[in-house]
Amino acid sequence: MSRIAPAALPRRAAPGRLAIGRLAFRRLARNRGALAALFVLVAVALACLVGPFLTGHAPERAYPDLRQLPPGFAAEPGPERLGPALARLAFRMRARVEGYAVEDGRLRLTLAAERPIATRSLVYLPRSDLFGEPHVVERAPDGTRLVIAVPIRRLHFLLGTDVHGRDLLTRSLVAGRVSLLIGLVATAVALLVGVAYGAVSGFLGGRTDAVMMRLVDILYALPFVFFVMVLVVFFRASLALILVAIGAVEWLDMARIVRAQTLALRRRDFVRAAEALGLSTLAILRRHIVPNTLGPITVAATLLVPRVILLESFLSFLGLGVQEPQTSWGVLIAEGARAIESAPGMLAGPACFLVATLMALNILGDGLADALDPRGAA
Amino acid sequence: MIAYTLRRLLQAVPTLFLVITLSFFLMRLAPGGPFDLERPLPPAAMENLRRVYGLDQPLPVQFARYLAALATGDLGPSFSFRDLSVADLFARGLPVSMTLGALALALALGLGIGLGVLAASRRGGLIDRLVGVLASVSLSVPNFVVAPLLQIAFGLSLRWLPLSGWEGGAPAHLILPVITLALPQVGAIARLTRTAMAEALGAPHIRTLRAMGVPPLIVARHALRGALLPVVAILGPLAAALLTGSVVVETIFGLPGIGRYFVDGALNRDYTLVMGTVVLVAVLVLLLNLAGDLLSAVLDPRLRLGA
Repeated sequence: MSRIAPAALPRRAAPGRLAIGRLAFRRLARNRGALAALFVLVAVALACLVGPFLTGHAPERAYPDLRQLPPGFAAEPGPERLGPALARLAFRMRARVEGYAVEDGRLRLTLAAERPIATRSLVYLPRSDLFGEPHVVERAPDGTRLVIAVPIRRLHFLLGTDVHGRDLLTRSLVAGRVSLLIGLVATAVALLVGVAYGAVSGFLGGRTDAVMMRLVDILYALPFVFFVMVLVVFFRASLALILVAIGAVEWLDMARIVRAQTLALRRRDFVRAAEALGLSTLAILRRHIVPNTLGPITVAATLLVPRVILLESFLSFLGLGVQEPQTSWGVLIAEGARAIESAPGMLAGPACFLVATLMALNILGDGLADALDPRGAA
Repeated sequence: MIAYTLRRLLQAVPTLFLVITLSFFLMRLAPGGPFDLERPLPPAAMENLRRVYGLDQPLPVQFARYLAALATGDLGPSFSFRDLSVADLFARGLPVSMTLGALALALALGLGIGLGVLAASRRGGLIDRLVGVLASVSLSVPNFVVAPLLQIAFGLSLRWLPLSGWEGGAPAHLILPVITLALPQVGAIARLTRTAMAEALGAPHIRTLRAMGVPPLIVARHALRGALLPVVAILGPLAAALLTGSVVVETIFGLPGIGRYFVDGALNRDYTLVMGTVVLVAVLVLLLNLAGDLLSAVLDPRLRLGA
């Protein structure tokens, strides 16, 4: 594991570290749960990146006639939604529906009115997004009665639609981008601060260490989530602020882990040798201390991502986090929870995405911890 | 022990001061104020309001005044709830939050420790596997997902329990909130207890007891004493988690507790209400941290030497 200063020995020692990594990877590959978790994560990430282009709906596109649909495979508009939608459209065309019939995907619609119906007004049909281009089959001489044939579009909403009639699958995927981005970036912030703080504290030791760790202890005792909430509310929630606020709160664990590792490494011969050779503190930290703590840091970071995503969803759920028009899983779950009596299905999609991601990250983190543990069987 | 307690309480003072200072200045440096309405007030009225509440003074003066008032236990008037002081609001909300928190804590500890002990005594058994699943699920299923699911199941489908509301703390209204609040902690505590109990059961003094033919129940009691240490040690963080969770639970179930006041206060820039909540929460967390450390010392004589 230990890397030897290039000045002290030829670079023959390098493969040792490589081997550790490869061994850990092999152990991880044998852990079926961790592999499945990795697969789920990659799938969710890919779906969030590419998926919104493939669902056939823009995330902001609202279908006013198809609000709060339950999740399902059925093509919309289904037969039970056709009547109300047609009545609404006919009203716009200043006509009324006299009758309609559906045969293999085409609608035969009879419209009637007191005054002649303008053929121009038929554009309302395709504009509603529920129907294709209409064409007139039959027209009464005075124009007060029209028979139209129009193809019915087949729209799919696998996860249903929200209160505005927006596709929840598309929105969940777009929300996933925000949630995952916050998870990764805020973890990176926490990682940088925590690793720097812990390494310096552990390496310098003595009184500096005592003071620095006392500060961490104090911060630990604080109800931090309340702080983040104050911060986010009073300074208008923006994505950047949420990132910084969460990152600034979650570095404490990282600092403790890195410090403990550093303290142990500090007494190792290769660090002493580097010191004896006159390397500067910064160089030792960068070359020897931090690379050798990479294992535990990787594990801690992997387990931190779900915590950060959870914190973000928590804030967004309370309406304090990500704001419209942006959305995140927390926002969607909040919307679902609010509509629970009229449309319990709205909750399903976003909640499943969030839970699956969190679970996969936790399982992967545990798997990494096992794989990197040198005591585990090789 | 008393000297130790006093010293710890003294040590908490700078921490509290840090909390108060940080939140006070953070809030005041943010743009906007408690009297920003949709329709702006006439300047003279605004000036008057600001003078009455002392907001026209320079910040350090306001801070000194707030601290002085706080030292006498006065949390100040609420800015958003007219004619009510923060203390009044707490007098209303605290019983709700405390009932919720205490019940959830009791449920989490009772169920968590019980499951953990059972899991440790039959390793690899049904309960053991259940604890494993519960622990990982509770890490990944946030309470704001659990709560609506419980509402759907018991409120909408089965119609056994009310969806939301408080109704003076009627038991039926308490069940779902308490379960939501306790559930995530049950998994964590059970896992912790299981690991510690398994270790304790293998310890030399327990083996000796067994070899001497002491009845299993008494052996378990001795082992539990050691196994409870890690559980007691997380009492502080546990309290913090429950307090955070109560914000969500009170929002979802429409309960008039401190968490709701905090969110409303923050959204309305009610400086004193937010400050009061932060101080209250900080004091609670610090006290429970202390309680955890003291209990650890009671359970483990080795820790008393350092005290």
